[in-house]
Amino acid sequence: MKYWPYLFMLFSLTLQAQDSVVLSEQCPPSFELRSGQCYLVNRYQFYDSLQDRGVGGTQTGLPAFRDGFSPQQIDLGRYLFFDPLLSKDGSLSCASCHQPALGFADGRARSIGMDGQVVKRAAPSLWNVGFLKKLFWDARASTLEEQALGPLFAADEMANTPQKLLADLTGNAAYPDLFAQAYPGSDAPLTLPNVVHALAAFQTSLISLNSRYDRYALGHHGALNEQEIAGMNVYRSFVARCAECHTPPLFTNQQIAVIGTPEPEGMPLDIGAEATFKAAKLKGGFKVPTLRNIVKTAPYMHSGRFDSLRDAVEFYTKGRGHAVPAGVDMQIHWHIWEPKLTEQEIDDIVTFLGALTDESLMPVIPAKVPSGLSPLTGFQPTLNQQQAEYTDE
Amino acid sequence: MSKGNIFAVVLIVAAFFVGRHWFADTPTVMTDSRSGAGYSGGAESTGSARSGLVRAIHTAPRTGTVHEVREGELIMDKVKVAEPGDTILVYPGSYSETVYIDKDNIRLSGVIEKGQRAVLDGKGHLNDAVLYSGNDIVVENLLITKYKGNAIMGQAGNNFEIRNNIIVDTGVYGIFPQLGKNGIVTHNVISGIEDAAIYVGMSDNIHVAHNQVFESVAGIEIENSRHAIVENNYVTNNTGGILAFITPGLPVKTTYDVIIRNNFIVGNNHPNFGAPGSTVAGIPPGTGILIMAADEVVVEGNIISDNKTAGIIITDHNNAPNTTIDPESDPAPDKVAILDNLMHNNGYDTIDEAKALMLTEFKTGNPDIVRVGVSRDSCIINRHQYVTVGVDNWAECGFTHTGDIMTYLLDKPVEPREIDPSEVGKVAYLGICAGCHTYTGRMIGPPVQVIQALYMDNAQGLADYIANPVKKRDDYPEMPPQDYLDATTRLAVAEYMLSVSK
Repeated sequence: MKYWPYLFMLFSLTLQAQDSVVLSEQCPPSFELRSGQCYLVNRYQFYDSLQDRGVGGTQTGLPAFRDGFSPQQIDLGRYLFFDPLLSKDGSLSCASCHQPALGFADGRARSIGMDGQVVKRAAPSLWNVGFLKKLFWDARASTLEEQALGPLFAADEMANTPQKLLADLTGNAAYPDLFAQAYPGSDAPLTLPNVVHALAAFQTSLISLNSRYDRYALGHHGALNEQEIAGMNVYRSFVARCAECHTPPLFTNQQIAVIGTPEPEGMPLDIGAEATFKAAKLKGGFKVPTLRNIVKTAPYMHSGRFDSLRDAVEFYTKGRGHAVPAGVDMQIHWHIWEPKLTEQEIDDIVTFLGALTDESLMPVIPAKVPSGLSPLTGFQPTLNQQQAEYTDE
Repeated sequence: MSKGNIFAVVLIVAAFFVGRHWFADTPTVMTDSRSGAGYSGGAESTGSARSGLVRAIHTAPRTGTVHEVREGELIMDKVKVAEPGDTILVYPGSYSETVYIDKDNIRLSGVIEKGQRAVLDGKGHLNDAVLYSGNDIVVENLLITKYKGNAIMGQAGNNFEIRNNIIVDTGVYGIFPQLGKNGIVTHNVISGIEDAAIYVGMSDNIHVAHNQVFESVAGIEIENSRHAIVENNYVTNNTGGILAFITPGLPVKTTYDVIIRNNFIVGNNHPNFGAPGSTVAGIPPGTGILIMAADEVVVEGNIISDNKTAGIIITDHNNAPNTTIDPESDPAPDKVAILDNLMHNNGYDTIDEAKALMLTEFKTGNPDIVRVGVSRDSCIINRHQYVTVGVDNWAECGFTHTGDIMTYLLDKPVEPREIDPSEVGKVAYLGICAGCHTYTGRMIGPPVQVIQALYMDNAQGLADYIANPVKKRDDYPEMPPQDYLDATTRLAVAEYMLSVSK
């Protein structure tokens, strides 16, 4: 049995030699094609937001969104995203740590990179990532392109080098043509900037804005049941204060917050955004993550200390700074206080968070990718994956 | 007593009860003082009369249903059935619930009878009393007490009016409109709040007037907001009276264009009982006005007295406790303007930091005004009246009053969230249907071409189907009902779907 992946690879390569891939001329669902480029269309666009920041209440506009990619660029990005050719030795693709079925995270406390190395932090979900102004837990990148360069070339992640990556893509039977399709009119379409541009293009197509919560927010109050509404009201109350940072409609305000969650046993303190901004006041600060599709992305927090969503919610009731290591001076966010939530209220919040699930615009995993490697490389079944189930429809 | 007399008495008694019953079922006639006739006065018009009262909501005559709530009933039951334009009258009595309004144009109005109010009582365990996210919401005439969170909280509702409420000991904030545009907070009496009695957060075009706030940590707070007027409030015995500042680390990054005028800011010396880590927990008791990092704040015509630390403190973030840093927020309060104010008996028991600052300027006495940290392009008039530190090099202001500005409310309220009907179908189609249907290809559902062939021009038929689908095809999963879209949207999306050609 252990030879079957190689057989599969040979089979794929054979197939690939026979038929050339034509990139899609259609925009992904929910995108409208205008002048050759894809633009997001969503019901939230009927609304405004204060100072155009895209934070508010139920009927609030979204923040500025990164769109305007061509259908071909998005489709090329999809192949690249699932192709292990992008890693040093073909053992990892982007999707290895951002698996579609796991909320585009990987079900692990901390991701596993090259040669089984466990990296420092958890893989964040990529749903709605095209709205984000800062990438990485510590907000050290400002564009998706800049972000992509991180894992591609980090020694403990995909461990590639720009030279090898470009050599592999250029030497591939299909990619030069695919880049030419995606970047027509360019003399040298297969460049590193275009690799990360196409990856960005694909990631912006990961839209999740049609959950049952959204149906409530946009006017159909029957979309949530009584317990979910109770949970929503605790969530947005000024006692729990979840909505102050995980603010609708994206369920993140995109700011840095120092909340003082514990690291896994034996791990040193991660100073987070302190390093990015060279500011001691941000020690232990991390970018507020979106809570959309949150039931898919256990375990929780930057290094996956909490196995369950309930544990993650309960953290906030256990006292301001209760998990900050002795001797560490951490300026805990002002909204972290002692809300004294009841067990029922914690349950209700967790129930409400389940109503934020929407995977209706799940992209199709390519049946095969140009390298001939498996597009499911590195997809290990994890506890979370075994437990993951679609809660909506 | 004859039979006839008894009969008459019975009739009178019966009439009394019938009458009581009958009157009790009739909504109390509430005269809306804000849209009635104005007093014309005895003097000849000077031509300078201000026209109209300060209003935030759309003031078209209310033709909606009036829902009455009496003790023993749930206010929320009426909110759930209310339509935009409706009024909910809450009669005197005790109510213990969280009222959440995710609809536009609802008026939640207490009825005050012989001094008795509708009391929203959180009994120490409910979170917030009133939460709204709709536009054109009015909350008035209530008495709110013993909630753990806020008494009245707005989350991105525009055109709000919160007035005539009495709020006693409700936890974190008394009145907290957040992320809203164009609203008023007037004639409320608020006390015993562990953060701010009135907290305007991340909002624009706000009018806070005629409120009485006392025995709270902060009286009135304008935070990360623009175009706000705070006037004619009675602000006494809080830890800090009126605050204008930027909290770093919020998604809206600025505070500017704030007028604080004609308020009584008296004896704000209450011990600080703010929650540990909150910004206000760092306010020294005895602070009349605190301006932190906010720009273009004008302070005029206030009576500022008996605040033991200082009448006015102006600081940047670097000199304030409990603030984080935010590269996107400028930490300095720039273009502050201090015009004429009556300042008296402030700073008589001030903090060591202020004393140390005074030493650097060789000053003595009790400080009315303390500036610490960077402040650019700020100004003051008649500075000789006050004991100051840190403002000697401020310029003389180029203006002396704010009398030309009546309000920063919008001339017309923010437009209602009306959706262009021609766009509804397309947006719903692309935003929702496209997840399962493409024009020609097979996805989760059948191709649009196939649907078009089936329904031709029968958009209503298609609209009816999507509201209540039945399984039609063995080779496709059953479609989930799209009944969360209203009938208008369903028809629009059906029409659009039958019209697309690619």
